[in-house]
Amino acid sequence: MKHLITGRRAAWAAIGMVGALALSGCGGAGGSSAGDGGDEVNVLMVNNPQMQDLQKLTADHFTKETGIKVNYTVLPENEVRAKIGQEFAAQAGNYDVASMSNYEIPTYAKNKWLTPMDEGVVDAEGFDQDDILAPMAESMTVDDQVYGEPFYGEGSFLMYRTDIFDKAGVEMPENPTWDEVAKLAAKVDGAEKGTKGICLRGLPGWGEMFAPLTTVVNTFGGTWFDEDWNAQVDSKEFKEATNFYVDLIKDHGESGAPQAGYTECLTNLQQGKVAMWYDSTAATGTLEADDSPVKGKIGYVAAPVKETESSSWLYTWAWGIQAAGKNQDAAKQFVAWASSKDYEETVAEELGWQHVPAGKRTSTYENPEYQNAAKPFYQQTEDAINSADPVSPGVQPRPTLGVQFVTIPEFADLATGISEDVSSAIAGRTSADAALKKGQKEAEKVGDKYKK
Amino acid sequence: MSTPDLTVDDHPAPGVTPTPTEPGGPGSAEPPRRKANAPRRPGQGRAGKILLGLLAWFVGLLFVSPLLWMLLTSLHAETDASTNPPSYFAPLTLESFVNFFGGGNGANPWPFLINSAVAAIVSTLIVLVLSTMAAYSLAIRRIERWSDVLFFLLSTKMLPMVAGLLPVYLVAKSFGILDTWLLLIIIYSAMNMPIAVWMMRSFLAEVPVEVLEAAELDGARLPRVFLQILLPLTAPGLAATALICFIFSWNELLFATVLTSTAASTAPVFLTSFVTSQGLFLSQVCAASLIISVPVLVAGIAAQDKLVQGLSMGAVK
Repeated sequence: MKHLITGRRAAWAAIGMVGALALSGCGGAGGSSAGDGGDEVNVLMVNNPQMQDLQKLTADHFTKETGIKVNYTVLPENEVRAKIGQEFAAQAGNYDVASMSNYEIPTYAKNKWLTPMDEGVVDAEGFDQDDILAPMAESMTVDDQVYGEPFYGEGSFLMYRTDIFDKAGVEMPENPTWDEVAKLAAKVDGAEKGTKGICLRGLPGWGEMFAPLTTVVNTFGGTWFDEDWNAQVDSKEFKEATNFYVDLIKDHGESGAPQAGYTECLTNLQQGKVAMWYDSTAATGTLEADDSPVKGKIGYVAAPVKETESSSWLYTWAWGIQAAGKNQDAAKQFVAWASSKDYEETVAEELGWQHVPAGKRTSTYENPEYQNAAKPFYQQTEDAINSADPVSPGVQPRPTLGVQFVTIPEFADLATGISEDVSSAIAGRTSADAALKKGQKEAEKVGDKYKK
Repeated sequence: MSTPDLTVDDHPAPGVTPTPTEPGGPGSAEPPRRKANAPRRPGQGRAGKILLGLLAWFVGLLFVSPLLWMLLTSLHAETDASTNPPSYFAPLTLESFVNFFGGGNGANPWPFLINSAVAAIVSTLIVLVLSTMAAYSLAIRRIERWSDVLFFLLSTKMLPMVAGLLPVYLVAKSFGILDTWLLLIIIYSAMNMPIAVWMMRSFLAEVPVEVLEAAELDGARLPRVFLQILLPLTAPGLAATALICFIFSWNELLFATVLTSTAASTAPVFLTSFVTSQGLFLSQVCAASLIISVPVLVAGIAAQDKLVQGLSMGAVK
């Protein structure tokens, strides 16, 4: 009995302890709680160099001008995607703004997870929505409303070593076809000791291998889904494109191709291990940096084509505002600042033109100072992005937006799964046809969900 | 270990060994086994000792080498840290450490460290209080079906943490406690409770019942028995349990990433924020990892004596 009482007392003590903690609020040492005067905005973003610059400049510019404090959470790409997905799906309201790509934004907008930006951002003073590169704006517009504003963007183009080409006595056409590229790859393969013909991503992943590969599929006349959501993964064109891609890598591609993604190809080109690389326009920042061994030795031409006029992809890290976010006005002001011309100029002044988050505004490419700083590639980059058509990137009408991806949430898993088999095909363990036959079944399951 | 051998040697079967030789002497059938066994016994012979010492040093260095590597990398500039093959003798710099404390992108590490400290320390205290009381009822004044209770506690660890993540998130959201210390403290307390109860139970089971009975005979009531007899006797065990709970909470990443955002985010979450897919970060991450490991190291060293006692006291016997 005695023990019982003391036991109970101890239990109450424990409960009291927890309760006291609850009462004391214990919000955490991070951001301050509401009511201390001044607005705040919570931003969740990927840890890319452009975002690090943004973090550096926020206090002295945005906060100084508006009095709005910005609390950043930065995470690596995979973690940030997972966290954004969970935060927005639950409409938890912890974050007001998040960095997301044009892959997520259309889906999120349809799910009503995002606040439209037509009021407060698009019409903000000096924002100039018409200045945003048209394909980019289009890729984040749903039902005539703007749901995302780009922070920086990229297309894809073909990069090649001009010195190696000169030595081998071959010339790169300005608008090459994939057949021409295959022939050139054969010619420059081995032109210098240890130099392969071309680097193409072989690393599995919807955002790795299937970014370039889907653009090849598009220009070969293939598509993931037709207008009515019929899966087209084992269609003649899709197979032809994939076999072409796999064979080109096998014959003249980089060594270790099944594990080579963006980073590996970048290193390969920088270290002279490949003569060509078809990839993102964002690579120029590293390739043309002052300490790059290939600075000034790279030529840039449009993405290779077959059936279509152009085949650049379209990708952007953009801002989305959570519908459940608590600081809508402050969030809009933040987006209107971070995606503005003024911000680009601030970056140029404080950090230099090579740091400017480019690839989103026409005015950037018309600015003589930027043209001068980005001479070898600015025109090709702008052309690449402007040539991309997120509505109809191939030869047939598409069911939804997207160039190198299909903007449905299932696409990431679907494409990643198939890319693993295609990667095996590059390694020689299976065939591209077998990989796509298997992939077709998975794609049908996904397509059936969307059929009306 | 060798005692049975000796008995066998001392009483050889009659008629098998023609001449009674000294045990271990040449010619006998059994002794070579003992001879071969002898040098294997630790601490026997100079050469053995030196060999053991060298082995210990080797193993020690092997285990410390990742830490030393981290230290070296953190003291290199970002571009030197990322070369392959590694540039061991590149000039040293404190740049990464300066960056960590806000010189770089302007992020301030202190809120994260404070959040981690609060969550880890408070949850550890709660766990210690509750688990000691639970362990008392499972080890000393045993409740009915106490072994079932122990098994139940263990079974709560069988669900992979990640499987509970979404439900916890949704429940926390509906209670409006996402991104607070309170939530982290609850989660970490719950997470460590089963381990702590198991550990404390084994420590309390070591305490001779006679001591407790004597105290009660002298008129001490339960709180006093607890505070003046049980706790001092199990101090090493408490220290070991506390340290383990502290380390687990301090290092926890999965729940912290998901359940916190701007206000209550912890140091491990801050650590991941240095990783980027489009730039160099090795030196930064190494510096950050080292700084974030410091509290755990300090706690470990401070509790070292007790810890060794505690860890060998409960588990092995």
